[in-house]
Amino acid sequence: MAGNNPTSTEYIQHHLQNMTFGLHPEHGWSMAHSAEEASQMGFWAIHVDTMLWSIGLGVLFLVLFRMVAKRASTGVPTGLQNFVEMMVEFVDGSVRETFHGKSKLIAPLSLTIFCWIFLMNLMDLVPVDFLPMLAQKVGAWFGADPAHVYFKVVPTTDVNATFGMSLSVFALIIFYSIRTKGVSGFIAELTLHPFSTSNKFAQILLIPINFLLEAVTLLAKPVSLSLRLFGNLYAGELIFILIAMIGLWQLPLHFPWAVFHILIITLQAFIFMMLTIVYLSMATEEQH
Amino acid sequence: MNLNLTLIGQAIAFAVFVWFCMKYVWPPVMQALQERQKKIADGLDAASRATRDLELAQEKANETLKESKEQAQQILEQANKRANQIVEEARETARAEGERIIESARSEIDQEINRAKEELRSQVSVLAVAGAERILESSIDEAKHRELVDKLAAEL
Repeated sequence: MAGNNPTSTEYIQHHLQNMTFGLHPEHGWSMAHSAEEASQMGFWAIHVDTMLWSIGLGVLFLVLFRMVAKRASTGVPTGLQNFVEMMVEFVDGSVRETFHGKSKLIAPLSLTIFCWIFLMNLMDLVPVDFLPMLAQKVGAWFGADPAHVYFKVVPTTDVNATFGMSLSVFALIIFYSIRTKGVSGFIAELTLHPFSTSNKFAQILLIPINFLLEAVTLLAKPVSLSLRLFGNLYAGELIFILIAMIGLWQLPLHFPWAVFHILIITLQAFIFMMLTIVYLSMATEEQH
Repeated sequence: MNLNLTLIGQAIAFAVFVWFCMKYVWPPVMQALQERQKKIADGLDAASRATRDLELAQEKANETLKESKEQAQQILEQANKRANQIVEEARETARAEGERIIESARSEIDQEINRAKEELRSQVSVLAVAGAERILESSIDEAKHRELVDKLAAEL
């Protein structure tokens, strides 16, 4: 376990703390040595572990798929190509079913979302102590105090990662809305809906109410998108940590939870992808 | 749960990944898939066409076979007819030849008979005279009896 016999609380907190590098008001640009230091850094901090793992996994995904794409043959597919084609066809089918507009972006976007989130979630199945302990050993080798080397392996248990994606999707929603309906159409959608009347005066009165409702609807999309993924994975990770704390008995517990978690991992990746497609298809649909 | 610079880093990473996927991963895989689809469709097409061709060819072969059988039958019949004809002709010829031979044999026989008759006739008169001479034991006036004997000989 982490550090020199930490308490349960310390152990859990240690596991839930990102390795943070940022601008500390006192120490300048440096690694955070504790949760307090990390939160003191405020916005100007970066989670090194999240970035490292997410980019690493994203690159793994792209390298794997690019390798296949480069030598994609029209003959009988074998091995990896089979898998890649299955994924591509699965995503392509989902996009075709839901998204009726024409876009070169949606399908690759969905594929990236699905595979990337799946890989990031998959890190959850790596036993919770393996990689953090490895990081502590490496940190100690570099002369850092092992107790203060934080390493969170699953990027999707970091809100920054999920919000990074969902806000990008949000930007795309707005972009597509404006592209299909124009700026005025987009504003009309936000203000003349759901309550509308032919009476001009009443309509003006209804605009703030409509705007309030529609704004909440619109903003709820990225927030729910990211928090759903974050919440599921964070909770899953927490349970893994709790299971890891109970000593030898973790073995019979860890296995069923891991098996169950495989479902969550895939499901959350799929839900994120599907909702992205749905939101974007709603954005590109003509006015009701 | 602190939002910080990681958010922007993640968004940038995400955008780059999506861009890369859109540019270098999706199109080749999709193209390969579509090409294979086309290839399979072509293959199936060709297969069904080949089956149809095969059926046609079989039909044609059957027809040809039937035709040739008929032809063979015809030829056989013709040959049989011809053979019969030849046999008939041969028989006709043979009969005619036989008749001719018989005819000639008969005429020869007639001639022979006539000649023999002539001979006999000529000799009969001599014999008769000689016989009569012997019977009468006297000479007979040949000139006197010649007419009688000739008349006798003519009756033979």
